[in-house]
Amino acid sequence: MEKLKSLADLKRIREEAKVKLELRVRGDNPEGLVQVKVAMATCGIASGAKPIMDFFVDELDKRGIGAVVTQTGCMGYCYAEPTVEVQLPGQEPVVFGYVDRKKADEIIEKYIKNGELVEGIIPVNYEKID
Amino acid sequence: MKEIGLHIMDIVQNSIRAGAGEITVTLNESVTDDTLILTVADNGKGMDEETLRKATDPWFTSRTTRKVGLGLPLLQMNASLSGGGVTIDSSPGTGTTVTASFRYTHVDRPPLGDVSGTIALMILSNPSINIVYSHICEGTVWSISTSEIKEALGEEAVTDLTIVRQIREIINENVAEIRNFQPGYDKY
Repeated sequence: MEKLKSLADLKRIREEAKVKLELRVRGDNPEGLVQVKVAMATCGIASGAKPIMDFFVDELDKRGIGAVVTQTGCMGYCYAEPTVEVQLPGQEPVVFGYVDRKKADEIIEKYIKNGELVEGIIPVNYEKID
Repeated sequence: MKEIGLHIMDIVQNSIRAGAGEITVTLNESVTDDTLILTVADNGKGMDEETLRKATDPWFTSRTTRKVGLGLPLLQMNASLSGGGVTIDSSPGTGTTVTASFRYTHVDRPPLGDVSGTIALMILSNPSINIVYSHICEGTVWSISTSEIKEALGEEAVTDLTIVRQIREIINENVAEIRNFQPGYDKY
């Protein structure tokens, strides 16, 4: 693949291959997409949340899953970082704790693709500190 | 934090929580001057004098989800350990500028790490904030910004995973280029 050096290169490449342009439609319909939120406060970053977010960005894109990947702050589960909140379209969000690359792969393959629950969910009623 | 890139990610979260519309991150490296200077400037709500005084106190945080706030203290620790320090300028309503300096060749200075990945993830996660990144190496500047990307590729471009991965590559290539022609840079 030729090296990308500027936004102009990127624009040209994307115009040459218009196939992916329909992806833009996603922006009009964010509710229909999987939402992945990686907790990225000091506790998360120190526990390795950044490479986990890289993993989700790379793998969801490579595996062709339409998703919105963003960051959140600290949800109070510092002990269980990196934590990742996943919301499938039309469902309640679920928070996974102690997410490493293996767990992230499992979340994509089982939960996001098939809706099967995987281990490591933090119960929503867990009490936060004041 | 083991890398400068991770500190950037962390300190920028403060700017996001301060409601900034524009966040400017500048990394200025110079072997000649033996300095590495990281600046994160935002136009968020800023801090009053008392908050500013407490900002580097690990037992102070504006959050309610936990009782400690370690982002700035950890940055200050790493900067001091590498012969530098942190200064914070802030005033309510105008914004905050955090400047961390390091001695470039100090053995305890954290490596830059994956700065391009960090910037790409920040752009992806905050489509409504204009993130401006400038990398300076011995005076040579290269920059990229959210608004520039939106202008070239459309509003939705910054939330597209494929585009963001390509943006990461663009940052990587260009930063490598301005660092490359400086003899001795590969050592660090």
